[in-house]
Amino acid sequence: MDNEAITTLVKKYFPEEIVSSGIFRNELTLQVKKKSVVEVARFLKENKELDFDFLSDLCGVDRVEHDGVFEVVYHLYSIHKNHRLRLKAQLSSDNPCVSTVTTVWKTADWHERETFDMFGIRFDGHPDLRKILTPDDFEGHPLRKDYPLDGRQPATLRDVYRKDKS
Amino acid sequence: MTATATTSTQLMSINMGPQHPSTHGVLRLMLELDGEVIVKATPHIGFLHRGVEKLAEYKTYHQVIPLTDRLDYVAPFSNNLAYALAVEKLLGIEAPERAQHIRVLFCELTRISSHLLWLATHALDIGAMTVFFYCFRERETIYDLFEMVSGSRMNLSYVRVGGVSRELPAGFLEDTRKFVAAFPARLQEYETLLTDNPIWKKRTVGVGIISAEDAIDYGLSGPSLRGSGVNWDIRKSEPYSSYDKYHFTVPLGENGDVYDRYRVRIDEMRQSNSIVHQALNLLPKGDFLARIPNVSLPSKEDVETKMESMISHFKFITDGIQPPKGEVYACIEAPKGELGFYVVSDGSNHPYRVKIRPPSFVNLEALSKMIEGSLLPDVVATIGSLDIVLGEIDR
Repeated sequence: MDNEAITTLVKKYFPEEIVSSGIFRNELTLQVKKKSVVEVARFLKENKELDFDFLSDLCGVDRVEHDGVFEVVYHLYSIHKNHRLRLKAQLSSDNPCVSTVTTVWKTADWHERETFDMFGIRFDGHPDLRKILTPDDFEGHPLRKDYPLDGRQPATLRDVYRKDKS
Repeated sequence: MTATATTSTQLMSINMGPQHPSTHGVLRLMLELDGEVIVKATPHIGFLHRGVEKLAEYKTYHQVIPLTDRLDYVAPFSNNLAYALAVEKLLGIEAPERAQHIRVLFCELTRISSHLLWLATHALDIGAMTVFFYCFRERETIYDLFEMVSGSRMNLSYVRVGGVSRELPAGFLEDTRKFVAAFPARLQEYETLLTDNPIWKKRTVGVGIISAEDAIDYGLSGPSLRGSGVNWDIRKSEPYSSYDKYHFTVPLGENGDVYDRYRVRIDEMRQSNSIVHQALNLLPKGDFLARIPNVSLPSKEDVETKMESMISHFKFITDGIQPPKGEVYACIEAPKGELGFYVVSDGSNHPYRVKIRPPSFVNLEALSKMIEGSLLPDVVATIGSLDIVLGEIDR
């Protein structure tokens, strides 16, 4: 299906839930309301014409500075129909949380853990929401824009040692 | 007095890695065992996390290219290309035809080199040592070719936004032809050692099985997915860099076990060799880089003779590329599966957000599913069959 047909079909079933849609460089982006993410995701997967059986990627984007929100971005692909779709939802920056889509695509498990680790976005209903890339004693969410590039932790063991001595 | 015999089983936890040779880097697995049967496997990753995505936000678009080399460091060219394609898509430009064919040529050489490393270490893990030496012999030849063109054996950084960094050097095509002619016989040598080897088959057939439905649900891609019989190859479904001009078949497995994934990769090397051969014949004349002001460097000759080119050169070096506001996702069929780059631009000269979709990260996620219920030695065989690289998992 082409981008317009997908948009029309999804909007027919979810007239209220789709906040906006756009096509840039021939890539379709649909933005949905936060509370409808799972519902729309399940529809996209189970509808025979859309058949988005493959979750390529799931990630967060920090847009707090400009829009005061975090975004979760889902990149979907249909192996049988060979079309792609980008699904987005905006989460408020003071309490970023959204329902998990692990119930729709199992692969979302680690992606959501990574997004939780990097941005502090919580995924309600996730079976095992633990940090995945940063060490256990690491504080903060490094991909947030307010997190400094140099980090907040001591850079090396030597720094820890120096601090203890002084 | 009657004694009641109660049998109770106690689970044993075993820590495997992060310094275990068969984990192909720094993967740590917590295994819970009932005797020799795996009850639960929990992978722990992140030991190699360098914050590549964060670093990318502080670099200009071109400066990100060397970072991508260090993701899947056994297939650096594929990483370069996926990133460059994303930026090119953002800019709405295309590389010239010659550059596209050079890219295909290198992509396939990289695929062969990556699969050779996989085969070498996978066989070594299972106990077949000779294959290791054979594979590294051919890999050496490919690395010599890489060195000819980029001066570096491993981290090429040969791709540029809009093309590649330089023309192919004299003698490169001849040497590549020699490699292409010799390789099928070498591949036959590996197969003689493994394909019908009863020990190899005992260790791999029926081990680490994943069904096609599960494989898709877990997001597997590349040879790991095709081993389960799912016919999906991005080179065919969404051709990039003129892949639509090449003739090749996509090898498929049936049972989704370690042996099928082995067969798929071996056949893929054969196909890749044929694609390299076609690329050598198809290679058109022309420029290797799209000369677009503020996107790519003007030619050296122009910089020395034309004022406009010199200004453009200066602007490009000082300001960098400034793509329009927007977001794109570009993906390629890397040796390990779908490698995607999601790049968000805010109109400035450095990316607002770069998200890398590494195939190994997702493929590793399915490991627990594959090994739970099987025997401890099968873990080693299954990890090998997924062909993971921790550099791109941890980023």
